[in-house]
Parts: sequence; C-alpha cells; structure tokens
Amino acid sequence: MYIQQLSVFLEDRSGRLTELTRILAAHDINITALNLAETTDCGIVRMVAGKPQLARKVLEEAGFSIGLTGVVCVNIPDEPGSLYRILNMLTEENINIDYMYAFSNRDVALAVIRAEDMAGVTEALEKRGVKLLSQHDIYQL
Amino acid sequence: MSRNKMIWNPERECAEREQMHDLQSRQLTSMIRRMYDHVPFYRDRLKAAGIEPGDIRSADQLKMLPFTTKSDLRDNYPFGLFTVPQSEVIRLHASSGTTGKPTVVGYTRQDIDLWAEVVARSLTMAGIHSGDTIQIAYGYGPFTGGLGLHYGAEKVGATVIPISSGNTRKQLQFMTDFNATALACTPSYAAHLGEHILKEGIPPEEIRLRAGIFGAEPWSNEMRREIENMLHIKAYDIYGLSEVIGPGVSMECDCQHGSHIFEDHFIPEIIHPETLEPLPDGEVGELVFTTISKEAMPLLRYRTRDLTRLHRGKCPCGRTLVRMEKCLGRSDDMLIIRGVNVFPSQVESVLMEMAETSPHYLLIVRRENNLDTLEVRVEINEKNWSDSIRELEGIRRRIEHNIKSLLGISAIIRLVEPNSMERSDGKARRIIDYRKQ
Repeated sequence: MYIQQLSVFLEDRSGRLTELTRILAAHDINITALNLAETTDCGIVRMVAGKPQLARKVLEEAGFSIGLTGVVCVNIPDEPGSLYRILNMLTEENINIDYMYAFSNRDVALAVIRAEDMAGVTEALEKRGVKLLSQHDIYQL
Repeated sequence: MSRNKMIWNPERECAEREQMHDLQSRQLTSMIRRMYDHVPFYRDRLKAAGIEPGDIRSADQLKMLPFTTKSDLRDNYPFGLFTVPQSEVIRLHASSGTTGKPTVVGYTRQDIDLWAEVVARSLTMAGIHSGDTIQIAYGYGPFTGGLGLHYGAEKVGATVIPISSGNTRKQLQFMTDFNATALACTPSYAAHLGEHILKEGIPPEEIRLRAGIFGAEPWSNEMRREIENMLHIKAYDIYGLSEVIGPGVSMECDCQHGSHIFEDHFIPEIIHPETLEPLPDGEVGELVFTTISKEAMPLLRYRTRDLTRLHRGKCPCGRTLVRMEKCLGRSDDMLIIRGVNVFPSQVESVLMEMAETSPHYLLIVRRENNLDTLEVRVEINEKNWSDSIRELEGIRRRIEHNIKSLLGISAIIRLVEPNSMERSDGKARRIIDYRKQ
C-alpha cells in the first residue's frame, strides 16, 4: 500500500520553505513527516501530509512545483534492531532504497521509504507480515 | 493544389534568375539616383567613394557601394535619411533603442503596400488564407511586429484578431472562442502560451491552431519542435528588421530549409564581418541588405549584424528566391567568453534536447579574478522532474557536459523553479553581462 508523498522543488532562495509551510498552515494541512534534501543550488522537500491532493492544489496555485510520489510508510516498534529487520527484508529481495526518512515519538516509530522498485518493496514487506500505513492511518497520527 | 503549396505572387517569387537580376538592376539604378538627389548623407558617401549615380547600371556593381550601419541611422536621427518630404510619410515606426536613441523608420503609402505584399507572401507560405483566423500577439505600437503582420493578414483576407501582446488569459480565451487557426508572436511568447494551455488543461480539440508565424528573436530548431508539440501546429520562422521594413524580409516556406528572401525588394549579400569583403554563397558571414523599392527610407548595403549564409539551389516549393539559413544570432548578441564566441541559440539548443528542462533560460556572464564565468539558469520542466537528488544532479551534469562539448567552455548550471523567470511579451531577455556594467 502506497501513500502519497508530496515532493516540492525549491530553488535556493531564502524564505521559500517558510512560505511553503505558511500556505499549508493557512489551509489547515498537517505535516506528519518532512525531509529536506539539498544540492548545490536547489532543494527537494519531501513530506507526508494530510490531504495531499488539497496540499498539491494550494501549493501549485502559489507557484510551487509539486510532484506526488508513491512511498511506503511502515510503523515499527521503537526499539533497537527494528529498522534493521525491515531493511534486511528488502536486502534479501535485492531492493535498493533511493531515499528514506524515519522518526520516532514515544512508542511509535515510522519509516518512509522510496525505492525504484516500489512494487518489490510492498511485496517484500507485506509477505513478511509488516503492516504498511495507509493514507488514512497517517491522518490518525 | 493544397493550401500550403499556394504562392501569393508567382511572377516575382518564381522568377528566372536573369529576370530577377534585370529587375534588381533597374530598381537599384533608380534608387541610387533618388538617394543621391535627396539625401545629403548618401550623396556625400557616394561622392567619397567616387561614384556618380549614372555609374551604377547593374546589381553586380553593389559591391562597389558604401555600407550603411546602425550608427549612421542614429547620427541622422530622426529623419535625416528620408528621401521624401514629411507630407508623403504616412507612418513612423521606431525600434526599442536599448542602447541610446531609437531607430526611426518612415513609410510612404506605397511602402505600407509593399510591406503588406511581402507579409501576404509570407502568410501564404504558411498556408494562411481567407477563411483563416489569425491571432496577432505581437506588440502593436512603434514595434513593427504587430502592425506589420496585421496589414499582410488583412491583405490575404484572413480574419485578424489584433490582440497585441500580453494578457495570457485573454489570449487563450480569444484563441478558443474565436477559433484562431494561426498565431503570430515571438517564439518565447508562443512557448509561454503553450505552457499555459497545458497547465490549465485546455482540451486539445478546443485549440484549432494549425500554423504559427514566429520571429523577432533568435530561436533554435529544438525550440521549434517544443512549440510545435505543445500547440500541435507547424511553426514557421519569419525574419525581418525594422530598418529594412519589419517582419517579411524573408520567410520559410513549407519545406523549411531556410527562409526565402523577397529579393525583388531587398537584395541580400553576405560579407566578412571584419574585412567587409563579399563572401560566396554557402559561407557564413554578416547579412547585408539593400532595399531597392522602398520610398521613404531606402537603405544602401545596410549591415544587419545578423550572421547567416545564403543558398540559391532550387527549392522544392517552386520559388526561385534566394534562401537564408536561420540566423546563428546577431553579432551583437554574441558573447565572447574566455575568447570563445558563444551565441545564446547554441546554449538553447543544448537545453531543448533535454526533456527535463524548459525553454526558459538566462545566461549570466561575470568576470571574477580576471576570468570570465558563464552561469546558465534554466527552469526545470514542470511536468517532468524527479524528486531524486541523484537525477537532478544528473541533469545538471548532462547540461554541463553538453555545453562543454558544444562550446568548449565550462558553465555553471543552476536549475530553478518552473515559472520563476520573467516571461516576455516581446523579446525575451536571455543575457545579463555584468562585465559591461
């Protein structure tokens, strides 16, 4: 099960990320996870947010360049070794990860994973009994 | 005969070489006489070259005559080169004049008719006739684009939408509501309109455009394909400069291998830009025009600064008019970076080959520690970018590599957000050269 991650292309200009979050705030859109990757002169914001279609629409109207990317989000126990177990499942299937970001909060830990072979990721994890979060689950966090 | 094969003035456009030469010689002879009699500037120049009007009897003698340059036009600002009294001038146009005074061009009634004639020939080459609706999104005003296309379009009997430039939303509304079948504007504005059509999701069946007539700024063949794909049209290059008459000096026919110069009115030559010696057909040099039928402000061997070459081989369209290649650029637009000649059009052709970038770019030249640097800013393609850093870096490196292999110089590539660069209604601003400031 994929969830929709919003990817935003930002050029290296001060205040762009602030502007992005201001627009989401104005539309009451909550950000569950966010990751900012930077190159020499531009950046990519990747985020899991509530109401991705609305988020896309309002950001596009404000002139941002948005892509929706399918990613999986897994809920893992917040304890040593749990991320290793998930990643090992993918390694066993020869799946390379493009990027991921993870965070934990009390007893919940989440990892957002993107790979070229997204079908492979889903299959590898689901057949080993790992629960993938749905867009709806994300809302509830 | 299919509509794209029609020829507006076959007698002139398909004339035998000898017949054309006779016509040119006759017209040149009488023009030299008029210049000598009415314009002190030309009289002095001709005398200095030891030429009396009666000496010139053949177009072959052109190479003996003195050149005219843009600075001559400025020195004689505003009306010093007019051969007729002001009462006979029915229109004035002026170029933008980015450096100092504008250049003023006057037209008699016959000049306006002549201009409409050459634009009518041009539109006919693009298959535009009565029954077509042409949206003219060139600026109307002192700039020759709008009114130049306008009179030619009326002459062929097309329905004209004289919308002028700007106001993209209204452009698209008129285009769809009035069933425009042809669009005339700058290529960068055409690309801008194409992007808006895609962005607003206007269904292709609501756009009935078939042909685009684009000019007034250099553009590459890659950009042509991009515009053609966005607008589902065939895009034609129209060439002109206000000093000579405006758009309609030359135009591409359906074969699109060079633009036919209307040489029964404008005799072209190619010269070496430094030695000023005439170059044979097929060699690249500066394009020079002598206008032989214009009344108000004829020009003698006017140096256009445009670099191109001429071909006289037979064109499958049936026209015998000499063809000029797409201009490499104006010698004024040429940047010299670390001793290498660079035209914006060359950078553009690299960018256009890549699906991940858009036709909107800016070249920034600086001098740092006595070394020239070139920065290329290009918008990534709104529809076609990846959120993987590796791929973005890959795009950057590919542009860098392709520019290096084409031009032999390294450039700094910066990818910027879609729609972040200023869009032009007129000529796109492609260069900022801080070395000149």
